[in-house]
Amino acid sequence: MISQEQILERLLAYLRPMAPPGTPLHPDIDLRQELGLDSIKVMDLLMELEDAFDISIPLNILADVHTPAELARAVFSLTEHADGLVR
Amino acid sequence: MALFDKFGKLAQARADLMQGRLNPFGTRIDEILSPTEGRIGDHRVILAGTNNYLGLTFDPDCIQAAQQALEDQGTGTTGSRMANGSYGSHMALEAELADFFARRSVIVFSTGYMGNLGVIGALAGPEDIVLLDADCHASIYDACKLGGAQVIRFRHNDAADLERRMRRLGERARTALILVEGIYSMLGDQAPLREIVEIKQRLGGYLLVDEAHSVGVLGTHGRGLAEELGVEAEVDIVTGTFSKSLGAIGGFAASHHPDMDLLRCASRPYIFTASPSPSAIASVRAALQALRSRPELRERLWSNARQLYRGLAALGYRIGPQPSPIVPVLLGSPEEGVAFWENLIERGVYVNLVPPLATPGGQALVRCSVSAAHTPEQIERIIQAFAALRAPAAKAMAGA
Repeated sequence: MISQEQILERLLAYLRPMAPPGTPLHPDIDLRQELGLDSIKVMDLLMELEDAFDISIPLNILADVHTPAELARAVFSLTEHADGLVR
Repeated sequence: MALFDKFGKLAQARADLMQGRLNPFGTRIDEILSPTEGRIGDHRVILAGTNNYLGLTFDPDCIQAAQQALEDQGTGTTGSRMANGSYGSHMALEAELADFFARRSVIVFSTGYMGNLGVIGALAGPEDIVLLDADCHASIYDACKLGGAQVIRFRHNDAADLERRMRRLGERARTALILVEGIYSMLGDQAPLREIVEIKQRLGGYLLVDEAHSVGVLGTHGRGLAEELGVEAEVDIVTGTFSKSLGAIGGFAASHHPDMDLLRCASRPYIFTASPSPSAIASVRAALQALRSRPELRERLWSNARQLYRGLAALGYRIGPQPSPIVPVLLGSPEEGVAFWENLIERGVYVNLVPPLATPGGQALVRCSVSAAHTPEQIERIIQAFAALRAPAAKAMAGA
């Protein structure tokens, strides 16, 4: 079972190289407004998570996600629910 | 936050790119002189940024058919396909397309964008899974949002990546909808359709191919990539547009599925908009006849495409991965892209500037589109314009 902390840790590792110089990376940073990720980069991030944990994550979860912490929570919640896509 | 405040960053980015003499977000083309020439301000330009692949926008038969339809049926239908907007000519075009694609059903929509919205958005609901190529057109992404499908994205043109994601889905892959394009609009590359079909045969799923850029371009009869690769039987639904090879506006979906026609009662983008104007339908019918009866147009298109691809490759530009009527030239920053694009116009060549947000990899690119109506001399002039900019472009990129 993957923990929420593991997901967040992996996410931050992916995001680190993308953070503009001088922008401290933290779990509550806004992916689009503060980190400057466009929609394609955010979708790519999801793809990386799918491969890192060998799970399926529909793009739909991005609708209410603004920060790494929210994304980790959303992915974790998928792993918890039997009716989610994650296996 | 006020209503328009969300566009703050966009407004800044747009302002940054509008420092030049021309507006890269919707250039005013003052005159269209022919399928391949126009005027932008004081510059007479070769139009190398249209999707007019077969050069039929000024075809006398198409124009005559459109004019006759205007006379006979008026300027617009003023109504939905479901109500008063299905004229005999709309039905006749559907029958002609069904014959062309050798498929049971064809539905005509008001635009290609709406065709994808109308089919994918209606078929793939919240309980359905869609697997789409990462580089799919915005209309496909938007269609998935409209229907609320669960969307899994696979790496562009990577059949092994598709298979990996389908395997993760287990049994649910058997009813998933796979979405790919015949020719991708940004890089001009083709889907690995044989490999995708082979995966579908093993793991199940339905396959929809958007042939917007490949109808009239690929295949012995011009039916697109699926025909070119001999896999049409494995493609469940074909979508496409009338605004490229067929030189007008509108969209379609073609399928063998016996229930396809149900979409006419279930598809909101089909129902809740006005149907295509009679003149557009008439010119498309004439253009379809030309596409079928004049294979030499396709040959000329490919001859021109290969000439441009070879010419730009020889100049050392970073271009698309394979020869195609779409030849993208990858540049650096958005500012470099705008400057390059303006310089091309000043040298008498119009191409499309694509800002980084819409491009794979986030680089600015200019996208050349070739037409069968271009002459080899015009293609050579396009190459020469790029050649004149090669040295400054290389210098700017080296310094970046």
